[in-house]
Amino acid sequence: MNITDNKTTQMTGLEYYRLFIKKMVILLVIFSLVPLLLINTVLRHYFLSSYSDKVMEHMTELIQKHKQNIDNFLQERLNNIRVLASSNSMEQLTNEDFLKKNLDILQKEYDNAFVDLGIVDINGIQIAYAGKYKLVSANYKDSTWFNQALKSKYYISDVFLGLRGQPHFIVAVKKQWNNKDYIIRATIDFNTFNSMVEKIRIGATGFAFIVNKTGQLQTRNMYNLQTINGTSVLDFLNKIDLQKEDVHAVQNLQYRGKEFIFFIVSLKEGQWRLIFQQEQGDAFSELYKARQMGIIILLCGSIGVILIYYLMSRKMIRFIELSEQQREKMNEQLIESGKLASIGELAAGIAHEINNPVAIMVEEAGWIQDLLKEEDFKDSENVQEFSRSLLQIKLQGMRCKDITFKLLSFARKTDPRAVKTQINDLIEEIVKLSKQRAKYSHIEIKTEFEQDLPELMASPSELQQVFLNLFNNAIDAIGTANDEGMVSIVTKRTGDTVLISFSDNGQGIPKSNIARIFDPFFTTKPIGKGTGIGLSICHGIIKKLGGDITVSSEVGIGTTFELTIPLFLEKDTETPLFKEL
Amino acid sequence: MSQIKVMLIDDELEFTSIFSERLILRNFDVIAVNKVEDAFTKLRETLPDVILLDLKMPGMNGIEMLKIMRRFDPTIEIIIITGHALGLDKEEAVSMGAFDRLLKPLDINEVIKTIEQAYKKKNLEQRFLKNNTL
Repeated sequence: MNITDNKTTQMTGLEYYRLFIKKMVILLVIFSLVPLLLINTVLRHYFLSSYSDKVMEHMTELIQKHKQNIDNFLQERLNNIRVLASSNSMEQLTNEDFLKKNLDILQKEYDNAFVDLGIVDINGIQIAYAGKYKLVSANYKDSTWFNQALKSKYYISDVFLGLRGQPHFIVAVKKQWNNKDYIIRATIDFNTFNSMVEKIRIGATGFAFIVNKTGQLQTRNMYNLQTINGTSVLDFLNKIDLQKEDVHAVQNLQYRGKEFIFFIVSLKEGQWRLIFQQEQGDAFSELYKARQMGIIILLCGSIGVILIYYLMSRKMIRFIELSEQQREKMNEQLIESGKLASIGELAAGIAHEINNPVAIMVEEAGWIQDLLKEEDFKDSENVQEFSRSLLQIKLQGMRCKDITFKLLSFARKTDPRAVKTQINDLIEEIVKLSKQRAKYSHIEIKTEFEQDLPELMASPSELQQVFLNLFNNAIDAIGTANDEGMVSIVTKRTGDTVLISFSDNGQGIPKSNIARIFDPFFTTKPIGKGTGIGLSICHGIIKKLGGDITVSSEVGIGTTFELTIPLFLEKDTETPLFKEL
Repeated sequence: MSQIKVMLIDDELEFTSIFSERLILRNFDVIAVNKVEDAFTKLRETLPDVILLDLKMPGMNGIEMLKIMRRFDPTIEIIIITGHALGLDKEEAVSMGAFDRLLKPLDINEVIKTIEQAYKKKNLEQRFLKNNTL
C-alpha cells in the first residue's frame, strides 16, 4: 500500500463517519420529534376539546341562569299585577287614588320597575290611570298589545314606543266585572329591564340582547348588529329552531371579520329569545393561550432537540477527526519505531560484519608494523611516515569498534527487571566503555561520585542506556565546538533522591529547542546521524522510576542534564538508608 | 619460559593466517584452525594451553564449543574473541567458563597480556591439582 492510497482510504473513512453521523442525527431527530409531536397533538386535542366543552357548559349554565332571572322578573311583574287585580275590586281599582297608592307601593318595592298602572275597558279606553303620563281616556283599541291581552288571561307585550314615544312594554291581566272584560295593565320601565340584560357581560366582548318572534330587538341596540351571509343577524338567529328550555349554541360564526359564538335560549314561553354573543377568541382566550403555549413549547423543544443533536454531532465529528489524526500520528510513530527497530537489527548485523574485516585490516597493519621492526628499514627516509600511517589505520579501526558499539546500544534488548543497582559502578562502566571515544575527540572526563551512595531499585541495563545516551550526547555536543572538551559527571544524594548530572562544555541547546528536547523523534542532528529517540527513551525510563530529568543549557557555554531518582521505591526492600538510620 | 601453545579458532582464514603470524613473531606456538571439526581434532592432538575462540563460527555456536572444550579439558583457558560488542559481555563469558572476552578489532598487546595471564592461571591450577593429587 502506498501513501496516497492510504490517505484516500482515510479520507473516505472520515467522510463515511460524517455521513453515518448525519444519518444518525436525522434518525435521532425524527425519533425524538415524532413522539413529541404525537404527545403534543394528542394532548392538545384532548385538552382543547375537554376545555372547550367545559367553557361551553359554563356559558350554557350562565345563560340558563340569566334566562331564569329574566323569566322570573317578567313572571313576578305579571304576578304583581295579578295579585293587584285579584285582591282588589274593580271599584277600588278604578279609583285613581287607590291606583296611585298601589303604584307607589310597587315602585318602592320593585325599584321603579313599574312606570304606571291603568285600567282599560273592553273598548280600549283607559278608564283609570296612575303614572307620570297623562293617559286617562287614552284609546288602545287598535294597539296590538290590547288585542293580544284580550285573547288571554295574562299578557306581556313586546317592547314598543306606544303613545308616549318611549320604549316600554306592558304587563296586562284580564279581569271580569259586571260581565265585562277589563284589562289591568302596568308599564314596565324599559331601562330597568334593559339593564338586567345589559348586566350580562362576559369577558371583553360578550353581551346579551333579546329579540322577539319577528326578530325585533327588545333591548337597546348597543353593538350595531349587522348581517350574516346577507341576512341580518337577528333574522339569522331567529330562524334557528330552539328546543323548549335548552340553550342552543352556535359556534364559529364568521361575521364582521371575526369568529363569534352565540348562545340562544327562549324567553317568555318562546315569545322572546335571549341571545348572548361573544367573540370566540375572547370566550376561549385561556384555551387559545394554552394552545399558543403548547405550540411555543413544541417549537422550542424541537429547536432544542435539533440544536443539541447538531452540536453533539459536530462534537462527535471533531472527536473522530481528532482520534483519526491521533491514529495517523501513532501510525507514523509506529512506522518510525518500526524503522528504528530495523535500523537496530541492521546495526547489529553490520556491527558484527564490520568488526571482522576491520579486525583483519588492523591485524594486517599490525603485521606490517611488526615487519618494519624486524627488517632493517631504519635507514629508509619514509619509515616514520609508514609507522604513523599504520598507527592511524589501527586507531581508525578501533574507532570503528566504538562506533559499532554505540550503534548497538539501541539494538540491544534491555532487561527491565529492577534490581539493587549501584549508580556509581554503572557510570564508571559507561565511562570506561566510552573512554576510547572521548580520547579520540580530545575530551576529558571528570567524575565526582559521592561515596557510599545507596543502591537504587532499577534495571541496570535501562539505566546504562540512559547514561550512555547522555554521555554520547555530551560528547556529540562538544564535537568541534570546544578544543578543550570536558564532560563532568556528578552523583550526589539529596534527601530521598539521588542526583546525577551530566555536564558538558559543548555548543549548548538553543532555547527554542529546549521544550521539545524530550519529544520522540525530535533531533537537530543531520539526517542519518541521530534518531531523535535517545532522550525520549531516557525521559521514559527516568519517569518510570518516579524520577525526573531536566535540562539547562546556554548556547556556546554548555549543557547540563540533571536526573533525580528517588531512593527505595519498594518498602519491603531492606536498604542501606534504613541501616543508616 | 617455555613457549605458550595457543590455538586460534576463527572461520576467517585471512584473520587466522595473519594473526597467527604475529603471535608466532611474539614467540607463541600457534595452531590456527578455521573449521569447527578441525578444532576438536586439533585440540585432541595438540592439547593447547590457551584457546582464542571466535564466538561466531559456522556450524556451531562459540558458546557451545566453549562448553564442550571445557568439558574435554577444564585446565585449558579459553579467551573469547568477538566482533559483536554487545552480544556477550565479559561477565557472561566468564560465568560460562571463559577466561576473558576480547573485542575485535584486537589490540595485540592486550591479547598477549591476556594470554599470559591465562597461562599463568592455568599453571597455577595445574600445580594446585598436582599438589592435591600427591
